[in-house]
Amino acid sequence: MIYLDHNASTPVRPEVADAMNAALRELSANPSSAHREGQRVRAEVERARARVAAFAGAREDEVVFVSGGTEGDHLAIVGCALARRAEGQHVAFAALEHHAVHGAAHLLHELGWTHSELPCDGDGRTIPDAVDALPAGTTVLSVMLANNETGVLQPVAELARRARARGIRVHCDAVQGAGKVRVNVAELGADYVVLSGHKFGGPKGAAALIARRDAPLSPLSRGSAHERGRRGGTENVAGIVGLGLACELAGAELDAQAERIGALRAAFEAGLRSAHPDCVIHGERAERLPNTTNVSFPGARADHLLLALDARGLAASAGAACASGAVEPSPVLAAMNVPRELAIGALRFSLGAATTAAEIEAALAIVTAAVAAARGAGVRA
Amino acid sequence: MSAAPGKLRVLAAMSGGVDSAVAAALLAEQGHEVTGVTLRLACYGKQPDNPRACCTLDAMDDARRTAMTMGFAHHVIDAEDVFRHRVLQPFVDGYAGGRTPYPCALCNQHLKFGDLVTRMELTGADVLCTGHYAHVRVLEGGEVGLFRGRDADKDQTYALALVPYAALSRTRLPLGSLTKTEVREHAHRLGLKVWDKVESQDLCFVPDGDYAGYITGKLGETRGTAPGDFVDAAGHVLGAHRGVIHYTVGQRKGLGLASSEPWYVLAIDAAANTVTLGRRAELESPGLVTDAMNWLTATPPADGTRVLARIRYNHAGAMATLRHAANGAVEALFDEATPQMAVTPGQLAVFYDGDRCLGGASIARALPNAAAVARASAQGQEART
Repeated sequence: MIYLDHNASTPVRPEVADAMNAALRELSANPSSAHREGQRVRAEVERARARVAAFAGAREDEVVFVSGGTEGDHLAIVGCALARRAEGQHVAFAALEHHAVHGAAHLLHELGWTHSELPCDGDGRTIPDAVDALPAGTTVLSVMLANNETGVLQPVAELARRARARGIRVHCDAVQGAGKVRVNVAELGADYVVLSGHKFGGPKGAAALIARRDAPLSPLSRGSAHERGRRGGTENVAGIVGLGLACELAGAELDAQAERIGALRAAFEAGLRSAHPDCVIHGERAERLPNTTNVSFPGARADHLLLALDARGLAASAGAACASGAVEPSPVLAAMNVPRELAIGALRFSLGAATTAAEIEAALAIVTAAVAAARGAGVRA
Repeated sequence: MSAAPGKLRVLAAMSGGVDSAVAAALLAEQGHEVTGVTLRLACYGKQPDNPRACCTLDAMDDARRTAMTMGFAHHVIDAEDVFRHRVLQPFVDGYAGGRTPYPCALCNQHLKFGDLVTRMELTGADVLCTGHYAHVRVLEGGEVGLFRGRDADKDQTYALALVPYAALSRTRLPLGSLTKTEVREHAHRLGLKVWDKVESQDLCFVPDGDYAGYITGKLGETRGTAPGDFVDAAGHVLGAHRGVIHYTVGQRKGLGLASSEPWYVLAIDAAANTVTLGRRAELESPGLVTDAMNWLTATPPADGTRVLARIRYNHAGAMATLRHAANGAVEALFDEATPQMAVTPGQLAVFYDGDRCLGGASIARALPNAAAVARASAQGQEART
């Protein structure tokens, strides 16, 4: 199986698996315990915290370990909104944010908050001017670093500058960007940044919210003082160890991998265009993550393509199908005004650290066969 | 991309029920390379009304779980458009037009054996597998035929009579030689969670059996809902009906007419908005005319061929003689000793040579009942004098 679905999840790096295995076997005490065994575990947790902080250009005490990107997004957005409720009950986020952000906004909606969505342009970039039009009483704006479906990088710094000028705190979901492009919380100008280990060689279930020192945060799980009172619950020690090591390894290789993967992606897209001159690569005019290609082949449906690719040994994702299998355009492509007949065929190929040139070549042949088969099956649902 | 030697690439249609699960699982157990597919037929924006219906979100989960248990891939394919245009719309049009359609046959024709066969190329599949109780056999000389399944109670050849003949040779029906009890035993043996799942009754998209309510309520259909006259065969008005959509030929209950001898629906004329009633004996018909036939034989049988004709799903069948009519239709004349009750337009007429299903078509109309014609004519005389 050729795996071109790294935006969904990446293989755990062997070094990370080894470190986690050792942690599971050897770090059995509770890091909150006062005895020396507890202190030994605490030291590993803190070492991981330092690695995450270094990876993101943050201070160690700004790193809050959480269970995943979704929890991190909820803690930042809901935690900030609750902490600032006296100043207003309105939040804002980009239309093409991940479900996790929409979910946090939905939770706030149930609690009485209202929200605004920032539109994007046809290339999939959120429009910074829209920040100026947000209503008074907006307390937090959420904008992702890179879109998970198209890979389009968002103008986070510009959005953050405009938001901060209006007293609006900024949350950046960097889950899809971290490990692929450099993340620096100061350069982003964000108050909260979320990253997740399994997107860059770490384990699932281990992620970090970086909350700047002055950023208000009302914790969602309480009752104990873990993570400086910001997130109650005994630490996922092995996961945190894995996350820390994944940050260090990804950070060290980032530029070289970005260049290598970027060249593979360029070859992949050149091959797609040459074999399928009518294919449409979504967001291609914008600056994108180096690993992501979101493409439609007119006349081929995404569910048919995925079935055909899977049968031929290529793993990719559709930006188009929901859990029930309905062929519906993804909200991201809809926000970019991609016509429905193209959007229902959109596929996402995402390359990773282990992807080789030979795999790209083989993948192109498989895509050609799958497109022919899918076009033969028609577009009617 | 071909399977291992001696093994097939199989595209398995999986509804979520125990039958299609076992069919797919048995082929997987034999080492064939199976990909399960569940067709998504309707909008599942909210939970369906009845968990017993097939093709719901729960059903997709059940199919997926079977695939996981057996270790093969499973995908969901959106087929809502085809379902709406090829199954649901003809169903509604049929009822609105005074017929009693049989949508399961259309679903098999257009979705399971039509659409899925065209989609076999997606996975490079050699064969399509479904959980129907029937056999596909190759006869001497290489002709492929559809045969009744071993479990006489479960035999589904009637519902398969409209499948494209060309699809048969690419089809595997692993349940043809099994009984329902054995299928459940296999499911249990293989550790499939659906082994004791209750069977879907009625139509999967109308789980409560209230077709008229579904068509007028959920689909908002207004044709066939205007009240009109109950008439007898001579045209005398007997009372008021609630709209032709509420009636089917042979119906006795729910007519709302007081009478010492029960009335039955003999015929429905949607254009005239009348429902013709008569006595039980008048329901008998000497034969029927079909729509264009779907033959499951290399060449259609000759005029005069003696067949067993079944005119509804649970009908045991009656001997009849075929005669070809215009536009691919046939006329089937029942043996004189055995005229059939309630020949219902819209239901299928399916013809058999022994266990072999020769093909079928929708019933266009019943041939007129001689007694009823005579009685109507006599009454007409009375009315005039």
